Amino acid sequence: MTVQLPGSPHTSPVPALALRGLAKRFGGKIAVDGISLDVPAGSFYGVVGPNGAGKTTTLSMATGLLRPDFGTAYIHGVDVWAKPLEAKKLMGILPDGVRLFDRLTGEQLVTYAGLLRGMDRDVVAHRVGELMAALDLSGDAGTLVVDYSAGMTKKIALASALIHAPRLLVLDEPFESVDPVSAANIRGILDNYVGSGGTVIVSSHVMDLVQRMCDHVAVVAAGRVLAAGTVEEVCDGASLEDRFVQLVGGGNQAGGLEWLRTF
Amino acid sequence: MVAHLLSLKWRLLLNGFRRSPGQLVGIAIGGLYALGVVATLVGTLIALRWADPETAHTAVVLGGAAAILAWAVVPLMASAADMTLDPSRFTTSAIPMRQLLTGLALAGFIGVPGLSTMLVALLTAATWWRGVPAVLGALLGAVLGVLSCVVLSKVITTATASLAASRRFKDVSSIVVFVPLVLMGPIVAGVFRGVSGSTGYLPELARTVSWTPLGASWSLGGDLASGDVVAASLKALIAISTLLVLLAAWNALLKRALVTPPYSGGSRKRGGKLGLFGLLPATPTGAIAARALSYWIRDPRYAASLIVVPLLPVIFLFQSAQSGSYSMLVILGPMAAFVLAWSIAADVSYDNTAFALHLSTGVRGIHDRLGRALACLVFALPVVLVFAVGPFFLTGEWGWLPGVLGLSLGVLFTGLGLASIVSARYTSSVPLPGDSPFKKPPGNVAQTLAVQFGGMAVLFLLVLPELVLVIVQSVTGDPLWGWINLAIGTVLGVGLFVSGVRIGGRWLDRRGPELFAQLSVNR
Repeated sequence: MTVQLPGSPHTSPVPALALRGLAKRFGGKIAVDGISLDVPAGSFYGVVGPNGAGKTTTLSMATGLLRPDFGTAYIHGVDVWAKPLEAKKLMGILPDGVRLFDRLTGEQLVTYAGLLRGMDRDVVAHRVGELMAALDLSGDAGTLVVDYSAGMTKKIALASALIHAPRLLVLDEPFESVDPVSAANIRGILDNYVGSGGTVIVSSHVMDLVQRMCDHVAVVAAGRVLAAGTVEEVCDGASLEDRFVQLVGGGNQAGGLEWLRTF
Repeated sequence: MVAHLLSLKWRLLLNGFRRSPGQLVGIAIGGLYALGVVATLVGTLIALRWADPETAHTAVVLGGAAAILAWAVVPLMASAADMTLDPSRFTTSAIPMRQLLTGLALAGFIGVPGLSTMLVALLTAATWWRGVPAVLGALLGAVLGVLSCVVLSKVITTATASLAASRRFKDVSSIVVFVPLVLMGPIVAGVFRGVSGSTGYLPELARTVSWTPLGASWSLGGDLASGDVVAASLKALIAISTLLVLLAAWNALLKRALVTPPYSGGSRKRGGKLGLFGLLPATPTGAIAARALSYWIRDPRYAASLIVVPLLPVIFLFQSAQSGSYSMLVILGPMAAFVLAWSIAADVSYDNTAFALHLSTGVRGIHDRLGRALACLVFALPVVLVFAVGPFFLTGEWGWLPGVLGLSLGVLFTGLGLASIVSARYTSSVPLPGDSPFKKPPGNVAQTLAVQFGGMAVLFLLVLPELVLVIVQSVTGDPLWGWINLAIGTVLGVGLFVSGVRIGGRWLDRRGPELFAQLSVNR
């Protein structure tokens, strides 16, 4: 607990996302082992961890896609699991490894996402046009999503998450298979969004990206939070990658595989 | 390498058992059934040993030809194309073509149909146990014939799989291509019925068929038994060249399948056309209906489940024309109502994990249910009305119209309501998005069967009032009961529809994440 001193810069007291003791078990395997985390409003928050650390499971539980065994999540103070419809209005989600309704055209898909949220047709039409232009998808707006490349598919899913101007964006692996130009483009959009008061959570295992892009970071491994805070606090002078390896441990010795050098 | 492919197929078969007890039960039932059929056929073949050569020859040749036809048609019709050794999975393994062909062909024998066919074919030697040349001829013929069966079925599945895998083709033509295949049943049945009406014609037919690729190999034993060496050698030539041609065709198709990944991009299209999303009301329900209707048009998996609807009248007309009475046609309406209403019972399973969008946008369950049901109703209602009224122009028994109409509407609305509940609670294993509608779906077959048949049983109970009224009308002959049925069917049906949508919606609200977790298992 930190005490808010009078006169100190006052950040919003209610975190954009608060996880409280989230836990999930799949069969005999504990995927998430009691995660508690505060994501301050207006922050650009990175969640990093090795494969199978429980990042996707945690984010799914935080966004209402997967019911936790224990604990809950609050979006701007609204309990996701007690008032799901209210909480879902506040956030936009880009889940990883999930299909899209890919027999719609790109523009139909984003329109669909808008209308599902009960938005007005004209507002949706206007925003879809701007989103497609901002994400450089205007030339393919009428193409079926099933014919999109992997990177374009990510971008159209991102557009679907942005259409209702949420206060919190939860993006699971948003830069996977996105080309560098589009990635820079997306980062620009996200920076603007955070600049105007929105909150972004991204999960990734690209450390460089997280260190450059985010102001906060949490390191997750084996279903637990190993470190969390501002990037400076967590890195403690080192690079995020070094700090990460140090925290997570392991790091196989480069021995073995001698035959790979024999050709 | 050939041995590797064989053991791989064997291993896949065994692991299939391990995955779910449901599949084990399925294969046990299938196995028992096959055992019965095989025992009967073997008994017949042995009994034919003492029949006169003409009859034996006719039976063996026609039976063999039917087997080859069945191997060609059944995998497509029963949507059971065996894709466990899908050739496209070997793309990166660099297996020499000749070994791949041999391995896949031999692997085709592992499984109930392959083993049964081989066993029965080899036992034609018992029928021709009338001399050494006849037995040798029968054995050679059996080997050639069974190989032709397997290779022909491979040719057909490979051809249609690579066709059906190219998305553009699939979207346009999945209906057109498979129509004749679906109709093959009544056509074949009709031909057989015509033939069995005049048995004297059969030996002649067998003699003709024995000169075609279908019957040549099966004729070897009979020809040698009657000492016709010239005919036998010519037919052996026909059988061998048939097999070679089939192998060449398979080789060519497989080569193409291996270098043509199942992807075909379309051209870039600028936006501006929202289609149905611009027409239907801009509400969650309207958007879901627009999405569902777009899928009924664009997704071949939905199209495949609708194929049977336009073909129902054809099949029934065909049967009526044979029996000479058109009164059977009146069940077209209720039947079409059932097929159409039940087609959305696995709607959420068809979405697969794309359902995450509904979950994350916080759509209310009732909007989800209503949108999907209304989309189906948009085309189902006109179709059912036409199918219910149409037959009376042929039968002229207009007194039955109100009753049949009541039953049809009752089945349609009740079915849609029940399907809305079923798909909100239970998942079925269906082909994955983008897969061929004829590919064997992953997942728990036993649960799918339980859900589907359990649902149908409940539906039967729910439409009992309408059914009873139809029976009452046929017993009393009083058309008043028909009008009562029309009223009851409509009111009860719509009532059950509304409650189905409500209950399904409430379940969806409460169990959305659990349903999504079930969907994530099959992806």
